[in-house]
Amino acid sequence: MLKVTLKTKKILVPVVSILAGFIVGAVIMLIWSYNPFQAYASMFSSALGNMNGIGETIREATPLIFTAIGFAIASTAGFFNIGLPGQAQAGWLSSIWVVLANPHMPKVILLPLAVLTGILAGALVAGVAGWLRAQFGTNEVITTIMINYIVLYSCQYLMQQVMPGQLRVDTDTTKTIAANGSLKIDWLSSMFGDSRINAGIFIALVAVFLYWYLMRKTTTGFEIRSVGTNAAASRYAGMSAKKNIMLSMLLSGGFAGLGGVVQGLGTYQNYFTQTTSLDIGWDGLSVALLGGGTAIGILLASLLFSILKIGGLGMQTIAGIPYEIVSIVIAAIIFFVAIQYVIGLLFKTKKAKAIQEQTEGTEKKSENVVVSSTKAQGGQN
Amino acid sequence: MNLVSILALIVSSTFVYSAPLIFTALGGVYSENSGITNIGLEGIMTMGAFSAIVFNLTFASTFGKATPWLGLFVGGIVGLLFSLLHAVATINFHADHIISGTVLNLMAPPLGVFLIKAIYDKGQTENITQSFGYFSFPGLANIPVIGPIFFQNTSAPAWLAIIVSILLWWILYKTRFGLRLRSCGENPQAADTLGINVYGMRYAGVLISGFLGGIGGAVFAEAISGNFSVSTIVGQGFMALAAMIFGKWNPLGAMLASLFFGFAQSISIIGNQLPFFSHIPAVYMQIAPYVITILVLVLFFGKSVAPAADGQNYIKSK
Repeated sequence: MLKVTLKTKKILVPVVSILAGFIVGAVIMLIWSYNPFQAYASMFSSALGNMNGIGETIREATPLIFTAIGFAIASTAGFFNIGLPGQAQAGWLSSIWVVLANPHMPKVILLPLAVLTGILAGALVAGVAGWLRAQFGTNEVITTIMINYIVLYSCQYLMQQVMPGQLRVDTDTTKTIAANGSLKIDWLSSMFGDSRINAGIFIALVAVFLYWYLMRKTTTGFEIRSVGTNAAASRYAGMSAKKNIMLSMLLSGGFAGLGGVVQGLGTYQNYFTQTTSLDIGWDGLSVALLGGGTAIGILLASLLFSILKIGGLGMQTIAGIPYEIVSIVIAAIIFFVAIQYVIGLLFKTKKAKAIQEQTEGTEKKSENVVVSSTKAQGGQN
Repeated sequence: MNLVSILALIVSSTFVYSAPLIFTALGGVYSENSGITNIGLEGIMTMGAFSAIVFNLTFASTFGKATPWLGLFVGGIVGLLFSLLHAVATINFHADHIISGTVLNLMAPPLGVFLIKAIYDKGQTENITQSFGYFSFPGLANIPVIGPIFFQNTSAPAWLAIIVSILLWWILYKTRFGLRLRSCGENPQAADTLGINVYGMRYAGVLISGFLGGIGGAVFAEAISGNFSVSTIVGQGFMALAAMIFGKWNPLGAMLASLFFGFAQSISIIGNQLPFFSHIPAVYMQIAPYVITILVLVLFFGKSVAPAADGQNYIKSK
């Protein structure tokens, strides 16, 4: 058994989960006599081997960063926001709608307006679940799942019955948005081999920084964290549970909505009828879980999953292996993250040097170890 | 259309759409009463649908008319095996129930499609030849008025589901096994103190839900969709979860809620054939099950409806 410090263990658990996920994928490929080495090699080479691949990978990662931040904020406050797909979808449709309805507005006004509308739409959808939780104590897991489907069918209805005919190509697709509402940057696209990379990535990087700053450096972030760690103690300290539930769900939905916005104004440049919950919602959830809710973790995990997803397309054409293996690998990784208690058993926690020095000569030496190891376990439940 | 034929159309299509929901919701009832939250029902249904279709396509010529029924069993077994993942993760490995359930939902559709591509070399299967058609009960179908509405051209799996739900209600509330199962969902510590094997009971709960969820998916595939693709099961598992909540974690309640949701689903599909419903936009019927579930949760707040220890890991101390 390996002896590592608590800090190293925190990094090792996701790394082991990723490796184990890849192994599960390899085993499934071997059973159906595909070559896993060829698969993974073609995957990485097509995602990172040329500028277009890199551009598309970054483009794919952009909405995931937003939805992952959305999930992470709610989960830090102790809520499982599984409604990311619906919130992102609301952001996508509403931002496209605003841009299409105002074709002559100057870009400096229209673009921020559309982005803001998308954020508000996402926040509104999540806010309903937050309000129900704050006011009636309704379980947010169930309400957000249900709201996903309410949004899915409502968007179909809005698209097919409510949207004015001149904004659509047909009942399932809107027109392409004009340049005054687009996040596309021509020089960036051409730099990355005409890929669909767009200004969304810059907003995403700002969002990652904001997320880190909010959670680590502000009172709001501190309150959200403490409510999530110990709701009763936070109440004693005078923090309003209702306020923090609402706040974290609104922020969470706002970020998820922004994920939908960059998908619409950046990637697709239009909206088309969705028949299932949005992928970016579920993938964002996976990214946040793998990234452990930290800013840097989310950034790295979103890039990894995007490499898999974009590389998977290349793998399908080059090696002829079904694309679905990518989603299987991602699901397997999250499975291993979920059972990190077991992965944690592989490594023995070593006392950190600083702690060792502090406790040397005192009686409480052993107690400290207990505290740190219970902390490690507490994070898993 | 006269009244009897309108009612017959509504009832038979309600039954067709309810059957998968009833089986799956019953599965949810058993899992959650044992204390394991199971939002992976959607994924379990997907695996059930996948395996039933593959079985049906492969063995239709061998088993003939019995194929769909055997397909149910195969779907149930595959669902059970798939739910083992959730059982091991939550019971032995201290995983969060919601995350583990989400993994099932993330895993099932790509796994099903991957296997379809590996077996058939395309993303969607052929349509099955032996599906659940309409069934008429001999004798009962000839009763005036009631016969045509309930027993003529109706769904046999739905009637089976209704009988199973009564049986499962009896097991959950009237047998020793049921009492033990529920005690593990209400207060696992106390149950353990009394010598009940909490881990064993929770395994039973999750595996029963896997079996029933697999059957639910198989019914959907063999009675409604007729083939398997990535969009075969989209939301039915979550709707079954909603039915379980609307039915207040009780087998009979879940069955009645599933019938109601099946009604709402079928109205959104056959509504334009009916005189009154053709004026209501389909969207209201589509979102009705989900809105109702939220309302039920809000209205029942204060009265404890879910099993007390539902979703909590029980870690047996040494």
